Amino acid sequence: MNTKSAHRANVGLFVTCLVDLYRPTVGFAAVKLLLDAGCTVEVPESQTCCGQPAYNSGDRADTKAIARNTIAAFEDYDYVVAPSGSCAGMLKHHYPRLFEGDVDWELRAKSLAAKTHELVSFLTDIAGVTEVKAALQGSVTYHDSCSGLRELKIKEQPRRLLGTVNGLSLKELPTAETCCGFGGTFCIKYADVSVEMVSRKAEDIRATEADLLLAGDMGCLLNMAGRLKREGSEIQVRHVAEVLAGMTDRPAIGETEQV
Amino acid sequence: MQSEALNFKNAARGAIADPNLRQALSNLETGFVAARSRAAAGLDEFEAMRDVAVDLKNHILANLDFYLARFEERVVAQGGTVHFCATAEEARQTILDLCRDYGAKTVTKGKSMVAEEIALNPFLEANGVEPIETDLGEYIIQLAEEPPSHIIGPAVHKTKDQVSDLFHEHHGKYGKTERLTEPEDLVNEAREVLRQKYFDADVGITGANFLIAETGSTIIVTNEGNGDLTQMLTPAHVVISSIDKVVPTLEDVSTILRVLARSATGQEMSAYTTLSTGPKRDGDLDGPGGFHVVLLDNGRSDLLGTEKQDMLRCIRCGACMNHCPVYLAVGGHTYGWVYPGPIGAALDPHFLGIEEAHHLPNASTFCGRCQEVCPMRIPLPSIMRHWREEAFEKKVSAKSERFGVKTWAFFARRPKLYRLATRIAMRLMGRAGSVRGGRFESLPFASGWTRGRDMPAPEGRTFMDRWMAGER
Repeated sequence: MNTKSAHRANVGLFVTCLVDLYRPTVGFAAVKLLLDAGCTVEVPESQTCCGQPAYNSGDRADTKAIARNTIAAFEDYDYVVAPSGSCAGMLKHHYPRLFEGDVDWELRAKSLAAKTHELVSFLTDIAGVTEVKAALQGSVTYHDSCSGLRELKIKEQPRRLLGTVNGLSLKELPTAETCCGFGGTFCIKYADVSVEMVSRKAEDIRATEADLLLAGDMGCLLNMAGRLKREGSEIQVRHVAEVLAGMTDRPAIGETEQV
Repeated sequence: MQSEALNFKNAARGAIADPNLRQALSNLETGFVAARSRAAAGLDEFEAMRDVAVDLKNHILANLDFYLARFEERVVAQGGTVHFCATAEEARQTILDLCRDYGAKTVTKGKSMVAEEIALNPFLEANGVEPIETDLGEYIIQLAEEPPSHIIGPAVHKTKDQVSDLFHEHHGKYGKTERLTEPEDLVNEAREVLRQKYFDADVGITGANFLIAETGSTIIVTNEGNGDLTQMLTPAHVVISSIDKVVPTLEDVSTILRVLARSATGQEMSAYTTLSTGPKRDGDLDGPGGFHVVLLDNGRSDLLGTEKQDMLRCIRCGACMNHCPVYLAVGGHTYGWVYPGPIGAALDPHFLGIEEAHHLPNASTFCGRCQEVCPMRIPLPSIMRHWREEAFEKKVSAKSERFGVKTWAFFARRPKLYRLATRIAMRLMGRAGSVRGGRFESLPFASGWTRGRDMPAPEGRTFMDRWMAGER
């Protein structure tokens, strides 16, 4: 792996709650990619979640308490990296707003925001990674998760790195920028609407005839995998980091080794 | 209009199951969305124009009193009258009084969302004045006895076949007995039926997209030209609009017009941009005998200086709903009140109260596409989040939802306890999942999820558990 900088950046990995609980493989893939990029990686033990379930439910008091915990856990690192555009966007754009007017915490939130990045865009834009040493025989399609796309402008970075995966061909999803209907607590609170949205998404994904669906956010991936599996689709679903790190030996999301 | 916003979930279920609606909405998605995208890409300065338009609107909102006073002064100077109305009731009554002053039995109407906001039609009907909608979309839904489902395409939820049926059913009395199916024939038939009504009407009511402080003019933009006939062929022209529509000069209006049509339909300009300045003057060949502008506040001024003020920049282009995946799944009627889609989710709670409208700002994934395409860069997700906070504080949302969030937050605020609880829970779920092929087809605590999709099972041990045990 090529890196521009010789400086060993000390990265605090914000694992994100869904990766921590559902898909530890993505966490280990992130660690591998960061180490390969020449960074040192630490995982602060006092992290839990970025607070979006509370924030998007209108529970500001709990959100602030969770945000203060996250800020305190990560403010000593050179960079904070999360394998999720949604959680990175929360730290980067919403924490500073949350503490507007509370001078001390606003300053700490802004300082954290300035060094927070989503994993793939960190690799390309900050660590200067131009290629990965990974192989995958087959075709993949890619869903642009909303927060990463619109809050962090992540679009071509994952495609650029996927282009260097040996044997991989990309079949673009025409509706790659359309929300899959996950939306955090939305998918439970407005389940009928959410299912309708993800059903349309699944239809579009199947139409690409790709072998594998990738994205950068576990929430969207669980949602789309759940629908594809319910429909009996053979398409495998993985986090993009798994492919970039060459860690596709684990069963895909929603599958087991002996199906 | 009677709010049905509390019925959002049921209405959504019905809408999703309606194949006609699905077809109509998919036409909207492929039509307007693609057209807007081409229009935006076709003009290098489009993004810069949006910035200028945003700055202009912010300036107006900061000086609203000045521009409104100036507008009134100019209207009066042209021989017209401005009627400021604080509430919907006041605006309705003012318009009815004007209709009575002119002895009106029938009134023709151009499209106006403010007229919908004040529920003008049922009020006029109840008081013996018959309103006739002249905008094709409004005419269609008037025949169908339905409210609009989109702010620029009121009948966008109807398929061509449904319109054919409606005209066939209602136009027989005009001697039109053939069921037409070609869009052009349908438009022509509606035009013929409506033509005589313009001449018969005593008052013409239109909305206004803009009020120009410099000249005292009102402007409507349409693609049918119906507004022109509505206002020119009647003894009086009554404009119903709201205070946030004022713009300083004609030059400023042209700035906003350049982003309006591109955002709305992808056109460079709407087919008609009609300026109305006062009543018919001596020597004019035509024009209305009287010119009245009814200007509604209805709580808008309460938004000034609040975190929700940005909503007042809205120019009603409809781009937010055209691009909203929730709107495109459930249609406009599901929102249950006048303004649907993301702008409705931001506006309606202000008019209806958060208790009544709490579903609307909650029924969003915050995907951010509305804000991305809004020509006025209104931070719609942020405004929806403010409403969610108000709903949470007032304990409006379901008890189970608040309990769920609070319980989760209790653990998320306590890392050690969180670690312990998640470690146990994920081990159990992982083990249960591994014997079920890696996913659950139903889960008692997440039935909303598993009704329409499987729940992928967790891998088992949490990342933190494995990391802390030294795994790398």
